[in-house]
Amino acid sequence: MEFLHIINEIEKVDPEMPDRLSDRRTAMKSFAGIGAKIGLAALPFFIGSIFKKAYAQSGPSQNVVLDVLNYALTLEYLEAEFYAMGIAKGTALVPAGAPAAAIKTIGDHEAAHVEFLKTAITASGGTPVSKPTFDFTAGGTFANVFSDYATFLAVAQTFEDTGVRAYKGRAAEITGGGDLLTAALNIHSVEARHAAHIRTMRKANGFGDVKPWITGKESGIGSVVQASYDGEELSTQAGINIVNINGAMISASAATEAFDEGLTKEQVLAIVGPFIVQ
Amino acid sequence: MIQKSSEALSRRAFLGMAGAATGIMVLASSCDKNDDNMMNNGVDLGSGDVGILNYAYALEQLEAAFYTRVAQSPYNGISASENALLTDIRDHEIAHREFFKSALAGAAISNLEFDFSAIDFGSRASVLATAKAFEDLGVSAYNGAGKLIVTPDYLTLAGKIVSVEARHAAYIRDLISNGSFADNTVVDMNGLDTSRMPVDVLAVAAGFIKTKINASNLPR
Repeated sequence: MEFLHIINEIEKVDPEMPDRLSDRRTAMKSFAGIGAKIGLAALPFFIGSIFKKAYAQSGPSQNVVLDVLNYALTLEYLEAEFYAMGIAKGTALVPAGAPAAAIKTIGDHEAAHVEFLKTAITASGGTPVSKPTFDFTAGGTFANVFSDYATFLAVAQTFEDTGVRAYKGRAAEITGGGDLLTAALNIHSVEARHAAHIRTMRKANGFGDVKPWITGKESGIGSVVQASYDGEELSTQAGINIVNINGAMISASAATEAFDEGLTKEQVLAIVGPFIVQ
Repeated sequence: MIQKSSEALSRRAFLGMAGAATGIMVLASSCDKNDDNMMNNGVDLGSGDVGILNYAYALEQLEAAFYTRVAQSPYNGISASENALLTDIRDHEIAHREFFKSALAGAAISNLEFDFSAIDFGSRASVLATAKAFEDLGVSAYNGAGKLIVTPDYLTLAGKIVSVEARHAAYIRDLISNGSFADNTVVDMNGLDTSRMPVDVLAVAAGFIKTKINASNLPR
C-alpha cells in the first residue's frame, strides 16, 4: 500500500520528462567524452556550459539550481573558514599527529568545495555569493571554540552533520540535474565521511558518547545544537515502519541510524544564522 | 495487486510517450526484453525508477548478507567496540534491504544468492578489506544513480541511505588505517566523492553474486 502512494507520486511526473531526459543524456554523453580529455581541474566550466545547454528550456530551472549551489557555497564558506581558523591555532588547539592530519584533510576538502562551487556557479551563468563574515563563537555560545579542543570538535560535528542534512534536504529540487546533481551528491557523501570521522574523534577523546552514525536525535553535545539533530529520530520511511521490518530484528535505534534525514533551507539558515555576522 | 500497480506504472510511462514515434519502438523493445526474461536471461532489475530501486535493493542484499556472516562468525581478535559497530552496520543494511523489499513489493526482484568464498571471515584484514570495498562501492553506486532517478521523493530516499553508507565507509576505512576515511583514493582534488554508473558497479559486485543480474533495462 505504501508503494501505491509512491506510484501516485510517479504518475504526477510531467509526461514530457522522458523526452527531456533523453536530450540531457545525449548532452551528458558528449560531455563524458570531453571530460576525459580536459582533466578534472577544468571540469566545472564544462559542467556549467553543458548544463546551460541542457536546461535552457526544460528541467529544473537555472534559478533553482543556482539558488541551491549558492546555498551550498555559503555552507562550504562556513566550514572552510572554521577549519582554516582552527588549523591556524596549531597544536594549541588540535593535537599533532592523526588529529591534526584529519582536520587538515577535512579543511582541504571544504576549501576545495568552495572553489568547485564558485567555478560551477560562474560557469552555469550565475554569480557566486560573497563569503559572509563569521562568528564561530555564535555570539558567545561557543566562546572557547578555538581554544578548547572539545568545543572545536563539537562545533565541527554539528557543522558536518548539518551539512549532510542540508545537501540532502535540497537534492530533490534538482532532480534530473545531470552532472551538477552528481557533483552535489559527491560533496554530500564526503561531508558524511567527515561527520563519521569527527564523531569517532569525539568518542575516542571521551568528548561525547556518539557513534559514526546518528542514533535517534542524540547529538552527544547538548541542547545548544539540538536543532541540528531534531528530526533524525524518524523511524518510518515512505510510510514503511523500519522497526522490526518484515520480521527482522531492527531496533528503534538501528531504524533511526539507518536513514539520515534532510533539513529544509529555513531550518539550516536558522541553525547557521548565529554563526553569520553579515 | 502491487504487481498490477507496477504494470500500470509501465503503461503510464509508455502513454506519456505515446505522442512520440519512439514510444511505439520502446514498447516493442520492451516486449522483446520480456521475452528475454522468459528465457532466463538473469534477474531483470526492470526499467525506470523501479529499475534503479531494484538495483539498490540488489546492492543492499549483498551488503546485508555479508555483514550477517560477519556478525555470525566475528573475525579473530575482534574488539567489543568493533563487534558492536559492525553489528550496527549489519542492522542498517538489513533495514535498507527490507525497506526496498517492502517499497517495491510485487515489483521487487527475488532474493539473490551470493558467493563469499573469496573472503576469510576469520581474518580481520580480509573482512575489513571486503567491507571497505562494499561500502565505497555502495556510496559510488548511489551517487552515480542519483541523476538517473526521475521521482524527487526517490532521490531524497537514496540520499537518506547514501550518507549512512558513507558513514560506514569512513568507519571501516578508519579501522583499517586511521585517517583514511576520505583519502584520495575515493575523494578527488575538487573534494568530490566517487560516483559509478550501474554497469560499472554491477561488474564489481558480480564477483560476489551467484545470481545473474540483467541490468539492460536500467536508465543510462
